[in-house]
Amino acid sequence: MTQPLRADSATPSTPGLMYRAMVGVGLGCAALIVTVFQVTRPVIARNEAAALERAIFDVLPAARTSAAFRATAEGRFERQAHAAAGDEPRVFAGYGEDGRLVGLAVEARGMGYQDVIRLLYGYDVNRQAIVGIRVLESKETPGLGDRIASDPEFLRNFERLDVTVAPDDSGLAQTIIAVKRGAKKHDWEIDGITGATISCKAVANMLQASASQWVPRIRQRIGDFEETAEP
Amino acid sequence: MNASPSTPPTGSSDLFLEGLWRNNPVFVQALGMCPTLAVSNSARNALAMGLATLAVLVLSNVVVASIRRIVPKQVRIATYILVIATLVTVVDYAIRAISLAVHEALGAFISLIVVNCVILGRAEAFASKHGVGKSMLDGLGMGLGFCWALFCLGATREIVGSGSFFGLPVFHDGYQGWVMMILPSGGFFTLAAWVLIFGAVGRRASRRAALQQGGTR
Repeated sequence: MTQPLRADSATPSTPGLMYRAMVGVGLGCAALIVTVFQVTRPVIARNEAAALERAIFDVLPAARTSAAFRATAEGRFERQAHAAAGDEPRVFAGYGEDGRLVGLAVEARGMGYQDVIRLLYGYDVNRQAIVGIRVLESKETPGLGDRIASDPEFLRNFERLDVTVAPDDSGLAQTIIAVKRGAKKHDWEIDGITGATISCKAVANMLQASASQWVPRIRQRIGDFEETAEP
Repeated sequence: MNASPSTPPTGSSDLFLEGLWRNNPVFVQALGMCPTLAVSNSARNALAMGLATLAVLVLSNVVVASIRRIVPKQVRIATYILVIATLVTVVDYAIRAISLAVHEALGAFISLIVVNCVILGRAEAFASKHGVGKSMLDGLGMGLGFCWALFCLGATREIVGSGSFFGLPVFHDGYQGWVMMILPSGGFFTLAAWVLIFGAVGRRASRRAALQQGGTR
C-alpha cells in the first residue's frame, strides 16, 4: 500500500526552519499549559479540599464535624480556619454529635513504588490504635500497588493497628511492619498484598514514621484539640 | 485480520467509519496495546481512558494538521511528541478539575497516553498529510474505535472477573469472580478472543459483500 508523496516534503529543511518550528511549537505549548494550569488551579484545590473532608469522615466514622490543626513552633496544636496544605502534615480533629473528640486524622506521605503516596489515617486516643486509612493520592501500579487503596482485606489491617506509645514517649512501643499475606501475628503488623510488596512496605514505613513522630506529641497536647470542640 | 481495504476512504463518513470498524486501532491495527490491556479491567475505567484518549487524539490531529506545513520532516516526530505531551498535560488537569475520583482511577495511565501509539501513529500517518477537517474526522473515528474496543474489553473483564458492570452487581451474591480476568493475563486472553470475534465477523461481512457484488455484475 503506497502512500502518495507528501507535497510538504519539498519544504527545504534548513536548521533555521527546524529551530523555528520546534521553538515556535514549544512556546505555544508552554503558553497553553500555563493557561490551563492557572485556570484549573482553584477548581482542583476545591476538589482536593472536598476529597480531604470526605476522607476525614471515612477514617473517623464516628465524627460529625472536623477541625484542622497545625503544629506551631512551640509544639502546640493551633486550630486553623482553612486547611491549606503546607510543609508540615496537617492534623484534623473529629468531633462526635455531642461535640466530644472522637479521634484524630493525620496526613502522612512517603515514597511508594512509583511515586509519592499521600494518605490520611485515623487515630483513636483511647484505644491507642489507628482505626482506618484512606489513600489520598497514589500513582501505584493499577491492579497491583493501587490495591492498597481498595483491597478490603488489606484495609482490614487498619481497623485496629496498634500504635501504643513507648513508655518514655519517644516513639512507638512496636515498629509497624508489613509482613507476607497471612503471616500477621500481632496488631502492629500489616498483612501485605501479594504482588504489591513494595507498595505495602511503603504504607507501613509511612505510618511508622508519621505515627512515631506525631502520636506521642498528640497525646501530650491532647488538650489543644478538646478545648476548642464546638458542641 | 480483516482483508486490507483496497480503496482508501474517500467520503467523510467513510473516513469516520474507517476507525470504528475497518481499520480499528486496537482490533485491526493493534496499536495502543499497553493501555488497552492495563486499564480495561473495569467498564468504567476503560470508558474513562478511552474518552481521555479520544480527546487527546482529536486535539492532536487538529493541531498537527494545522502546523504540518511549517514543520520540516526531520523534526516532525519530535514536534508531534511535544504537541501530544502538552495535550495530555492539559487533559490531565482537566480531568482533575472535573472529577478527582476518575483521576484516581486512571492514575499513572493518563501520562501514558503520550506514548499511546494510536495518537503518534495517526499524527504521522494521517494528520501530517491531510487538512484539519479530515484529520479531525479521522481522530474522531479512530478515537471512538479505540473507545469502544476498550469498552468491549473492560465490560467483558469486569462482568466475568468481578461479577459487576459499572460497579453494579450482575450475578447473584455468591458469584466468585474469576480474578485472573482482572489481572494482566486476563487482558491478553480477552483481547485475543475479541480480535478473533472481530476478524470472523469482518471476514464474513466482506465475503457477503463480495458475493453480492459478484451477483450483480
